[in-house]
Amino acid sequence: MPPNSKNRFVSLAMVGSGGAGVMTSGSMLLEAATKAGLYGLMTRTVGPQIRGGEAAALLRLGNKPVHCVDDIFDIIVAVDWKGAERFAAEVPLGRDSLIITDPAAGDIPEILLASGARVVELPIAALADTIEDGRPNMVILGFVAALIGLSEKPIHKIITKKLAKKGEAAAATSWQAVQAGYLAAKDVTSPVKVSFIESDNAARWLISGNQAAGFGALRGGIRFVAAYPITPATEVLEWMSPNLPKMGGTLVQAEDELASINMIIGASFGGKPSLTATSGPGLSLMMEGIGLAVASETPVVVVNVMRGGPSTGIPTKSEQTDLNIAVYGLHGDAPHIVAAATSVEDCIFTTQWSVHLAEAMQTAVIMLSDQFMGQASAVIDPPANIAFMAQRLVETEPTEDFRRYAVTASGVSPMTLPGTPRGQYTADGLEHNPKGLPSTLMEDHRDQMDKRDRKIAEFNYGDHWADVEGEKDSAFVILTWGSTTNAVREGIERLKDQGINVRLVAMRLLSPAVPAQFDAALDGAKRILVVEQSHSGQFLKLLRANYDMPGEVRSFRRAGPLIIRPGEIVDMIKNWRVQ
Amino acid sequence: MNECAPPKLKASDYKSDLKPVWCSGCGDYHVLLSVTQALAKLKLAPENVAVISGIGCSSRIPAYTNTYGFHTIHGRGLAVATGVKVARPDLTVIAAGGDGDGFSIGGNHFLHACRRNANMTYIVMDNEVYGMTKGQPSPTTDPSWDSALSPGGTGLSPFHPLVIALASGANFIARTFSGDVRGTASIIADAIEHPGFSFIQILSPCVTFRPDQKAWKKRVHKAVVDETDDPARAARRLMSDDGFNTGVLYRGHRKPYGFSCGAEKGDIAEIQKQFEV
Repeated sequence: MPPNSKNRFVSLAMVGSGGAGVMTSGSMLLEAATKAGLYGLMTRTVGPQIRGGEAAALLRLGNKPVHCVDDIFDIIVAVDWKGAERFAAEVPLGRDSLIITDPAAGDIPEILLASGARVVELPIAALADTIEDGRPNMVILGFVAALIGLSEKPIHKIITKKLAKKGEAAAATSWQAVQAGYLAAKDVTSPVKVSFIESDNAARWLISGNQAAGFGALRGGIRFVAAYPITPATEVLEWMSPNLPKMGGTLVQAEDELASINMIIGASFGGKPSLTATSGPGLSLMMEGIGLAVASETPVVVVNVMRGGPSTGIPTKSEQTDLNIAVYGLHGDAPHIVAAATSVEDCIFTTQWSVHLAEAMQTAVIMLSDQFMGQASAVIDPPANIAFMAQRLVETEPTEDFRRYAVTASGVSPMTLPGTPRGQYTADGLEHNPKGLPSTLMEDHRDQMDKRDRKIAEFNYGDHWADVEGEKDSAFVILTWGSTTNAVREGIERLKDQGINVRLVAMRLLSPAVPAQFDAALDGAKRILVVEQSHSGQFLKLLRANYDMPGEVRSFRRAGPLIIRPGEIVDMIKNWRVQ
Repeated sequence: MNECAPPKLKASDYKSDLKPVWCSGCGDYHVLLSVTQALAKLKLAPENVAVISGIGCSSRIPAYTNTYGFHTIHGRGLAVATGVKVARPDLTVIAAGGDGDGFSIGGNHFLHACRRNANMTYIVMDNEVYGMTKGQPSPTTDPSWDSALSPGGTGLSPFHPLVIALASGANFIARTFSGDVRGTASIIADAIEHPGFSFIQILSPCVTFRPDQKAWKKRVHKAVVDETDDPARAARRLMSDDGFNTGVLYRGHRKPYGFSCGAEKGDIAEIQKQFEV
């Protein structure tokens, strides 16, 4: 562990099964830490059970923005260890780490003990029992808060706020339990304390990636959503449902994903910027509909929050393996956009940008997020208000000879909205002529294909196609995408502290290819590391198919749910350097 | 937006210039005529009407009208139509298609469109056959009907769309015969005006793959009893009728789907406050 990360960040895991309430403890700790001026990131790992399975809240707190999970956890505390062996590999510990366990809570998973971490026994259940209705999750909240040096005041505030609904007695009980935890921590040497930012009163946001995607969509002008629930995308839809009507929009719960994609096509045809959100299995079902949006040039946005695949796969855990279907899943030649967010915060930007792209080009945009960032809660600085708004080329005064699919230089044709006299046309998945009438003529097929391709190929994506960072003359470049970006970014920062410069190219636009921008970003690169969370290397193959990568290329990849950690990036580059 | 529409449009003004792909003698020509007559009767401006379909012979109908239209993909016409109606409650939305499109591949949307009860009209031109793919049995085909795909017949009981519509919550259920153009036009107009989801099964013969259906014009007959708003009575009648009983067979009072897009309003700055800590 590099020394510099310790005094800035602390990583901790709260473990418990069967409604032990560790997610509540985690959320409260995150919010209290935010109140105290810290940044943080909370991810979760849960089993497949609806209720009662193994679960852990994984937090990283620090005095600067936290974007990824660290290599090791400083503290792991368990209300019980039931089923914990199923995710213990996701919580790596070091010799300096601390395992806090209730002696009555069962055996600590072998893989955790093997780390050599110090074990401290804490009678969590017994402490909770000293308080009437006292709950163990509140005891560990106080205990952990004390260990990392968080004062009681912000915790008290959060408890009062969160438990207000349950009445004063409930809040008082919880507060007593928290205090018991604080007291019990007095004699325990903590492996790590956070350093606080002094007198920091800046406004911060606490937001999950799925909420961020919903918010970006709404800010970008989405006013119609069709929804079918699916893990881990449901929160996008649940956030939008109550918020859309505030802006004059609405959400329809559809009977299946086939309905959702087709409903948003209908609503968009009617003139409302429209979106749906889903995950792999749902995306598979939507493919035919997305093709219809492409052929009929009806703007739609599909947010796809990736989970482990194939088939039902691992619904609750993250993977970057819907890239292939997003790019290649449509039958026929069907030019469309595939964009991907690079962090919780970037879900706002990339979703809003996706709305802009769909509307400007009258096409389908698949926005890829993933379970890791979608269901992670992050403390962020309030994001900039970006200018992208849904802006469609609409013809409001058509003449009698209006041609909906007129062949234009940009490839984008003005569309009329229902209600506009003389603008009537029939949108169609059949190939059509400029008027929109079905056609099997070679010339019409060629002209319309050229047009649909041109509008996407020649669009100006500006600098948004990727985040390009680092010294321009560094020979090392890391290419990555999605939520893996921030682990890579932190790895590159650590390398820089050690005098090793590495460039980062984190791609936000996965399709179409932008070779000119790519070449410029990789100019002078001699060693390229491609990092992704995919067993087969979907991203690597996409790059190989579309771009010339100069120099030697290596792939660092693995399947989910194990995330890629910054320390691994550091090791990869250092080992390669000495070869 | 209506100021440009002439004060009175004839049925032919709702037709486009496009020549249908249908066979000579196909019942769907008559359905097209009935739809245009209904629109003329209701004096709807063509630009305020959207005709949405799936895939199949009858699903070609949108481009043959002079309204806004969407010829979507197989089985999904109702879903697209629902999106149009919820986004644009000001429009008159007519979904149309065939028996294969609506009851087989699109069966789930049929159930839930009835249940959702959005204010729109669904016309199914039922010829008990997949015509566009040249003669395969559909959900409404007789179990013994012989075909290359199912030699000797499917052996499956036919789907009963009107009963299913009633059980699923459709608010207006009617059956007509395509050859009765004026009667069909009148029922389509009635369905459009009735709030909620209106379903019309139009028996529309396929002269090419089901020449036996030429006999339909002799078999159809007007329902001998008055229409009902009692679902129990309607169910009994629909379960026991011979499939050629025409007219409005059920007219309900369920409240239509209540959510739709409205005028732009609100302030995103207010909404984002929920994220502030």
